[in-house]
Amino acid sequence: MSVTLLRTPLFEEQMLLGGKMVPFAGWEMPVQFEGIIKEHAANRQGCSLFDCSHMGEFLIDGPASSFDHIVTQTIADMPLKTCRYGMVLNDKGGVIDDLIVYRMAVEKWMIVVNASNIDKDHEHFKRHLKPGAVFKDVSFETAKLDIQGPLSREILARLVPGIAKLEYYSFDTFDLLGERVIISRTGYTGELGFEIYYPWDKAKVVWDVLLADKRVRPTALGVRDVLRIEMCYPLYGHELTDEISPWEAGLKKFVDLSKDFIGKEALLEQEKAGISCKIVHFASLSRRSPRQGHFLFSEQGEKIGEVVSGTFSPALGRGIGIGFIKKTFTNSSKVIIFGDDKFKEGSEIVARPFYKEGSLKS
Amino acid sequence: MEIIEHYLYTKEHEWINIEENVGTVGITEYAQSSLGDITFADLPSVDKEVEQFEQLLSVESVKAASDIYAPISGRIIEVNDELTEDPGLINKHSYDKGWIVKIEISDMDETSNLLTGDEYRSYLETLERDDHQETEE
Repeated sequence: MSVTLLRTPLFEEQMLLGGKMVPFAGWEMPVQFEGIIKEHAANRQGCSLFDCSHMGEFLIDGPASSFDHIVTQTIADMPLKTCRYGMVLNDKGGVIDDLIVYRMAVEKWMIVVNASNIDKDHEHFKRHLKPGAVFKDVSFETAKLDIQGPLSREILARLVPGIAKLEYYSFDTFDLLGERVIISRTGYTGELGFEIYYPWDKAKVVWDVLLADKRVRPTALGVRDVLRIEMCYPLYGHELTDEISPWEAGLKKFVDLSKDFIGKEALLEQEKAGISCKIVHFASLSRRSPRQGHFLFSEQGEKIGEVVSGTFSPALGRGIGIGFIKKTFTNSSKVIIFGDDKFKEGSEIVARPFYKEGSLKS
Repeated sequence: MEIIEHYLYTKEHEWINIEENVGTVGITEYAQSSLGDITFADLPSVDKEVEQFEQLLSVESVKAASDIYAPISGRIIEVNDELTEDPGLINKHSYDKGWIVKIEISDMDETSNLLTGDEYRSYLETLERDDHQETEE
């Protein structure tokens, strides 16, 4: 099989740093550098740098009403230079993608989407955007570097003092190494952090300058998944799919039912009829970890669901997982069993997130 | 990649160090490095009988689970209990402190199905060459 994988502008840089490359969503991306445990510590205790240039960015020029009906979150009342998380639904209420909307001016927006869904989202936005609005896909012009961790503000502020004033889920434009770029205080790790949107062909310089501070460690997709599972952040293709609704995924607070949007009718019907499955977050009673594809069982051995994400949690020192179980399943002991035909292991259902000590809002 | 000359190896990257009729078993430097940080070893119970090349145990790294096979048939007479608390020993000291089980060997002739240190080194070289070719394509 011969599939040409895409490469970000930081591919060579990451190869030189010993990145172990794997195919991901059509891209050739590093899965790890020093090892997941070390990279986890770098992020939770110091500062880590991710290349997220594979992700998609769209620009929209037009009033809020030009795409308000495409996304689930309220956008009309967004203050300038803030970000807001939400989803795009199909008319059955399933999730086409989850995304973050940036309000750059009253009628100027940036939308950040998953790498795996760029084409699908692009088509969906173009089809449903109100006439008059201008849509531009800048995914392949825009590199994205995520600098994350409790030390990230101090380190990035040496290059860009202005970022120190950014509040959680806000952004601004700043001068960084000769370019005027967007930096937002956002991320996917549960730690204090920033996302830097930079011109594709100049991104190497920023990468190198950030890593010149030896406290900044390069980190990759492997640990990114571990960190987001510890925070119970959904990942498209796991907790979110075309078949799963925001109700089932437990993301109701990102859906504004006071406005009209594609998929709303289906959601209202689902609310009336009741959902058939619900998301569950569970922590293993041992170091053994749940994995995607494992089944979930009640204490009595009845099969009640399936695992969609699982990993060992370095923060908790035990396995953690996310799955969907039958809505009808309830038990006061909070015990749930995961496994396959080879083994079964006990776990306890816990309130999200698994990791509660993050520096996210510090 | 480090290889201990007097150990014997499998193509699945297990090693065995035979002294008298007891073989100490672990996984190679190559194996630990491709698995990444090992977080759990599902150690088998002592006295269990195992067959050559059948599954001996599974180990888990942060992101995946993998099977480890018995390099030789016999009875498990000891397991490395330290791995319960510190499975990372397999990463840090794959050829000594990270040993996994000791097997009382039932049929010494089976050693002819294993690779010597030299053979294993050549085998690793063929793997690296294949990897390289794949990347080139």
